[in-house]
Amino acid sequence: MAADTILSVENIEVVYNKTIQVLRGLSLTVERGKVVTLLGSNGAGKSTTLKAISSLLSLEDGAVTAGTITFDGKAIADDTPHSLVRRGLFHVMEGRRIFEDLTVEENLTAATFALSGRGVKPTSFDVVYGYFPRLYERRHGRAGYLSGGEQQMLAIGRALIAQPKLILLDEPSLGLSPILVEEIFGIIARINRETGVSMLLVEQNAAVAFAVAHYGYIMETGKIVLDGPTERLVSDQDVREFYLGMSGGEGARSYRDVKHYKRRKRWLS
Amino acid sequence: MSDLLFFIEVSLAGLGSGALLSLTALAFVLIYKATRVINLAVGETLMMGGYFFFALAAGMSLPVWVAIPLAIAGGGLIGAIVERGIIRRMLGESPISVFMVTVGLGSVLVGLVEFIWGTDPRSLPDFMGSAPIFLGEVYVSRKIAISFVVAAVVIAIFLILFRYWRGGVALRATATDQAAAYSCGINVPGVFSLAWIIGCGTAAGAGMLLGQIGGIAPTMGAFGLSALVVVIVGGLDSVAGALIAGLFIGLVEAWTGTYLGGEYKLVFTFGILILMLMIRPYGLFGTTEIERL
Repeated sequence: MAADTILSVENIEVVYNKTIQVLRGLSLTVERGKVVTLLGSNGAGKSTTLKAISSLLSLEDGAVTAGTITFDGKAIADDTPHSLVRRGLFHVMEGRRIFEDLTVEENLTAATFALSGRGVKPTSFDVVYGYFPRLYERRHGRAGYLSGGEQQMLAIGRALIAQPKLILLDEPSLGLSPILVEEIFGIIARINRETGVSMLLVEQNAAVAFAVAHYGYIMETGKIVLDGPTERLVSDQDVREFYLGMSGGEGARSYRDVKHYKRRKRWLS
Repeated sequence: MSDLLFFIEVSLAGLGSGALLSLTALAFVLIYKATRVINLAVGETLMMGGYFFFALAAGMSLPVWVAIPLAIAGGGLIGAIVERGIIRRMLGESPISVFMVTVGLGSVLVGLVEFIWGTDPRSLPDFMGSAPIFLGEVYVSRKIAISFVVAAVVIAIFLILFRYWRGGVALRATATDQAAAYSCGINVPGVFSLAWIIGCGTAAGAGMLLGQIGGIAPTMGAFGLSALVVVIVGGLDSVAGALIAGLFIGLVEAWTGTYLGGEYKLVFTFGILILMLMIRPYGLFGTTEIERL
């Protein structure tokens, strides 16, 4: 494995409840310091991929039955979720999952457990407040009363406290207004630039994901079907049509003209 | 005038035993909050605390100030063994089976005590003295007064730790969202163990206080049932609820016991329980979406 690879996933298969196979030989790599996006439609297995990497699958009765996952040069085998976090792999889960009964500050305090036993200096909360000034204003308020956007900011803020080497971001745009999505993705890109942390970003909103990512993977029904640098993906005809909602240069098309069964995705052949 | 005086004396005694109820209820709440397990063996752990103290202070003639921390540690050890040995293996099982296991555990502990110490009630070596305390003209039993103060201090310490200690934050985070707690690097199984150890240690401590007042017997675990009423009235996951409901139930028991006769005590206590379950099944301060018992 190359030294500049922070995460490599090789041919993993994931089975839920010992019966339902969700991932079928999925592989991907994340280069150190890069933002990689993983796109796909509902139920393709994007979130499952992230949970397999962060070991949170076991909480949902899922298991990796084949393949290997290597993080920062060491294989992830029986690591418990919290020990992985303490190795520098932080998973910002889908749906924000902040601690609603706790205050904003207590949410950040909870994330300081990620630094236990690493011998690093504790992160100042000001780092988080620097990126998200709005959280500072509400730091003593209950997190459950924050707006959706602020909750997403808090979820990313918790990741910053943990001083991770790799952040797994699961649909940070979920349920947010377009303006907020733009704001949050702007900050995500800034965090990557300024701290050099690698990111694996799962999204349904392909346009914003391509705006921040260096490399992209597209998955369907448990497998990667297409991958490449962002510039190449955005010019791919299928990606343009199926993920960005554009057709070959003639502008938007009326749905009346679309006979979707006529146009097959090439990679499904 | 003397009627009023008597009423105040009864009420103070009620608040005293109410504080013990609160302390025991705290053990329930702590364990439930962290692990979502209703540990019905809290009452029996309390009894074990009393017997541990008896064995150390009377049996081995250790000084009281050594025996007390050791008995609390003994309670904590029970918690640790039960959590690591039984409860953690049952993760993911239905709540009712875990609940039943704790019921069985209670019987095992009672059997163990009867096997070692017999069924006769015993009195603990006195470490509080018995000279009554007078607040003005009002008489208060010294033991009840001391128990009240100890329970109040312990509960206050718990409330402060819950709020400001980092571990308290970890516990509340785990209670709110386990997966998210994991994702923040919190050692969730560690939090489970800690909650069981502290909860059972607290119960053992309450057992010693209770044993000072009324002696110890294998049946004293029934006190845990009153504490369970307290927990359900206050809300299974609310520390403040345990505190307030404990004092309330203590007062009601003292009043009914004195003015109506001892046999009405439990009628009223459980009457309140039934009423509560009908009106607010999640308790006065409990989270509304928690499991209903």
